[in-house]
Order: sequence, then C-alpha cells, then structure tokens
Amino acid sequence: MPQTVFAPWEDPDEKPLIRFQNVTKKFGDFTAIQSIDLDIYTREFFALLGPSGCGKTTLMRMLAGFETPTTGKILLGGEDIAATPPNKRPVNMMFQSYALFPHLSVWENVAFGLKREGREKDEIATRVADMMRLTRLDKFARRKPHQLSGGQRQRVALARSLAKAPKLLLLDEPLGALDKKLREETQFELMDIQEKTGTTFVIVTHDQEEAMTVASRVAVMDEGQLVQVSTPDRIYEYPNSVYVADFIGDVNIIEGAASQSGDKVLVTWAEGASPLVATSTAMLTKDQHCYLAIRPEKITITAEEPETTNKVHGEIIDIGYLGNISTYHVKLPTGHMVKAQSTNTRRLSRRNFTWEDKVWLSWSDTAAVLLER
Amino acid sequence: MRRMSGFNIVSLTFGLAFLYLPMVVLVIYSFNASKLVTVWAGFSTQWYGELIRDEAFLDAALVTLKVGLISSTIATVLGTMAAWILVRSGRFLGRTLFSGMIYAPLVMPEVITGLSLLLLFIGIDLDRGILTIVLAHTTFSMCYVSVVVSSRLASFDTSLEEAALDLGCTPWQSFRLVTLPIIAPAVISGWLLAFTLSLDDLVIASFAAGPSSTTLPMKIFSAVRLGVSPEINALSTIMIGIVAMGVILFSLMSKRTMIRQQQEERDAARAEA
Repeated sequence: MPQTVFAPWEDPDEKPLIRFQNVTKKFGDFTAIQSIDLDIYTREFFALLGPSGCGKTTLMRMLAGFETPTTGKILLGGEDIAATPPNKRPVNMMFQSYALFPHLSVWENVAFGLKREGREKDEIATRVADMMRLTRLDKFARRKPHQLSGGQRQRVALARSLAKAPKLLLLDEPLGALDKKLREETQFELMDIQEKTGTTFVIVTHDQEEAMTVASRVAVMDEGQLVQVSTPDRIYEYPNSVYVADFIGDVNIIEGAASQSGDKVLVTWAEGASPLVATSTAMLTKDQHCYLAIRPEKITITAEEPETTNKVHGEIIDIGYLGNISTYHVKLPTGHMVKAQSTNTRRLSRRNFTWEDKVWLSWSDTAAVLLER
Repeated sequence: MRRMSGFNIVSLTFGLAFLYLPMVVLVIYSFNASKLVTVWAGFSTQWYGELIRDEAFLDAALVTLKVGLISSTIATVLGTMAAWILVRSGRFLGRTLFSGMIYAPLVMPEVITGLSLLLLFIGIDLDRGILTIVLAHTTFSMCYVSVVVSSRLASFDTSLEEAALDLGCTPWQSFRLVTLPIIAPAVISGWLLAFTLSLDDLVIASFAAGPSSTTLPMKIFSAVRLGVSPEINALSTIMIGIVAMGVILFSLMSKRTMIRQQQEERDAARAEA
C-alpha cells in the first residue's frame, strides 16, 4: 500500500532524524529547557512555536551547536552530537538577523560555506548558480547585502544556508523582518523550496499563523516545556490544554463542573443556566473542574431559538468587522462574554444583526473541546 | 545657508584663532629669509633646503618613522587581541583586573611610565636604542588600540561569527574571514592613532632612548633649547602639512563611502516598493 499522507511520526518503524532525550538546559539558576523528549523526522517541516522566552530559540541553538545541553542527549541520525562543534555538523542555520557578511557580495555569501569545504571551483560555481536560481537571485549576484531590499536579503540568507545541502536546516524567525504581504508570499516559497530540496526544516516562530501554514507538525512550547506536539489541524481542533487553545487562534473558554455519562459530558457552568453538552473520551470524576473551549467560527448566531443541544441567549455588545468575516461579542445574562464569528456572505448594509440585538448562540455537542487543564 | 548671529561669528573666530594662530605664525616664519626668527625679512624657501641637507635631522626622522611603524603595528596586534578577550570571553577569573590594567596606562602620567620602563630596561640589562623605544611605545599605545577596537567589537553582531562557524569555519577562520574584514576600519584607525602617538611622543622616548637613537621630537626639543631656528619652523611646517593632508584625505574618503552606501540603500528600498 503506497502511503499518500506524509506522517512518519505515526509509523513506529521509522527512525527519527533528530531525537531529544530528556534534554535540560540551564543558564545559571534559570532553566531554559526542562527535560524535553522530542523526535523530528526526515523531510519534516517542523515548527517550534511559543511566546518569547519559552526556550524555543535555545532548543534550536542546541541543534546548531551554539549551546550544549546541561543534561540529556541530542541524537542526529542516531549519533550523539553533543561534542560536535557547529562547523562539523551537517546542520545549517538561517539567522533571524540574516547575518549576511556585509563585506562580501551575494555570490560570495552563498559560496562561503562551499569554499570552506574545499570543493572544486567549477563545482562551487554550479552549486551557487543553482541556489541563486532556486531563490530567484540571479540578477543580484554581484551586489553587496546593503544594496538589497529586506526580501532579497532574506532570500540570500536562505540560499546561503541551503548551499551546503545540510541534512537539517534551522530557521530562526526567518520572516520576522518582512511586512505582512511579503511574509505570506515567502511562506509558500519556503514550503516550495523545502519540497524541492527534500531538506528537513525546523522553524522557530512566535507567529501561530506562520507555524500553521508552513509546518507538517507544530510543537507548542511554554516555559521550557513542550505543551503539545501535533499536526496543525489537531493542534487547532484538539488542543490538549487551555494554554494551547488560547495560544492558537481565538477561543471561548467556559469553566464549569463535569458530570459524565458514557462519552457525553454535562458541564454545569452557571447557576440557573442549563448545562452544556460536550463529547470526551477522557474519564472525568464527578464534579471535576473543567474547561470548555469553543472556537468562535463554530458558533452559529440566530434570531430565533434554535433546536440544538447547546444554546445561550445574549445581547450583542460589539462587532469586529474584518471584511471577510465579522466577530460578534455577545454578553450573556450570567456575565460571560462569548465571541462568535460569521462569514459576511452579504453586503454590510444588509447585515442581519446589529448592536444591542438579542440573539441566540448555538453549537453542536462535538464543536466544543473539553479540557481538564 | 543660515545667517549666523554676531555672537556665533565672534565665538567661531576666537575658537579658530585660539587653535590655529600659533601654527599660522609658525608656518609664515618658516618662509622667513632672516635667520632671526622674530624679524621678517622677506620670503624665502632656503630653510627647507638646509633642512634636507641636515643629516642629524634626517637620521632622527628616519628613527621616528621606523619606531612609529614597528611599534604601532605590534601595538595593533596586541591591542586587538586584548580587546577581543575583553569583549568576547565573557567572565573569566581576573577579567575585571585585566580590563582595569589595560586602561590604566591611559591615565598614568607619562613620566611614570617612562621612568618605570627605564628601570626595567636597566634591570634586565637591555641596551637602550631603537628596540627599547619600540617596546616602550608599544606598551602605551596598545591601550589606545584596545579601547578603539573594543568599542567596535562591542557593537559587532555576534551572529555573523556564528554564521561563519555554522558554514564550516574554524574559530580562527571565522575571525580572519569575517570579523577582521568587518572591524578593519576600527583596527586601521587604532593603528593610525598608535602611529601618531609614537610620532609625537617626547617624554617616554627620552627615557627609553639611548645615545645612538634620537627621535624627531627629541631632536627638535634639544635644538629649541639652544634657540629656535628657522629650520625647525620648516620641519614643523612639513609635519603640519603631512598631518593635515592625511586628515583631509581620510575624512573625504569616509564621507564618500558613507554617501554612496546611503544612496545604494535608498535605491534598494525603492526597488522593493
């Protein structure tokens, strides 16, 4: 059976390219990385996502060889690389500041790593030309970095780090310095290049949209620990904690007490309000404290009372108009504020709801995710 | 151009006069035909001719040049190494002591530096001559070099060095191929500073010099004690001329580079938009 979906992490026989074994990194008293176990597979586009200071950059710098783990092992292709200096690793990095050598031309920047390997002149020329074509830099070969725009510099940095054909390419916030439109274009370019070259990419970013767009798997980090490692869609649809649900996209969190019967869970969330229903495979104890996470786009807004299991009544306080969609902030009599999104299929002047309208919000029992923490 | 107020014109005139009037007088009198320095007797370039024929002066000039070139080069190497250690090695045992000691000679009175060097040379029984002057000049000018270079290194983006390592450089290669070319302007100005300091040092050279090695400042100083001669004026005029030309050339060149760089950056930004 040919496998059509790329999911080596689900195959127990697949050997990981990189394996973190119980890795901890301390800077003095400060613990940057707290006993992490992680496997990254060949040809993956792996994203490390988290707020600044969560340890994602430290994790990447350990792969590059600029930091060594305090305890634990990092294996690359089965070998411990802790003692290997950065210049001996088959790993290259694209720096956040690009770190282009200002005194060298674009061509020399790209050729820099190849020259250190002592390759033949012709071979270097061919390889550099290939890289320049791949990143559409042909015209700029003789320019110096300061003669380039931000987007061009970013492409030089990428070409330079790809030139040595590393087993693993590390990208540290590669698109942080670009404006939004260029960033979105470049994300697709990056994916395209990753596919063409077949290199394993590990990207560090604090931009959740970027991680979701480019990555085959995303690791959400917080305070030196991995909170959840999964594919973008599972991270979004099945977050394992309030932290992940809140970090990725928009979400409504409703706290309550659970009472379970089979895979249905009734959540008592406010006095006098009928309990909300969710499905869960977890086993919750009676009256256990829990959270319901509901994405705004999974909530339907209607004027009449709908026939669904989960429904609440409230008043529209605010409307966020984004052009393609609108976000409605609805205040419930219990004081909860719930966000609901709807697509603007009709022109704004013919919108159904406006400020201070009384509306019903409803969602199915599978729309909400039940979280224990 | 904005018109200047009367007060500004007066301050400018006074400031410039204060700085340059003595030199202007010196330059004018170097073209004096009379042997008496204070009496103007018409225009002449005869003192320049006599200067060229005066072997003692030429010898002194040669010694000064040699000492300057050698000592500033050694000082640049040592000063750059010291700066590197101070900026890059992070904390190590004795770092505070080392950085304090690097800068101490900057504030040390020259007489004390000179005297201590003299005692050292006598103590280790080193014959005084060009070698001892070179050593002495290296000692005090490397501090200046290390100040200049370390201020450049402090603002140096370390990710450039990491990128070099990442692309397969050994630490030494990364220094030679990336760091050094980028900090080169600071290293060169450190060298120039050391060279100038060596050229006009009188006090330390007097302590370190032997009978056979006289530098130009020492020669001028001893000649002036016997009375100011027009020859000295001519010599000083030549030195002023060389220094002025060097400064003007250097600033013109750096200004042009700066303007070109700004222009190119603007072009690149426009090309993107």
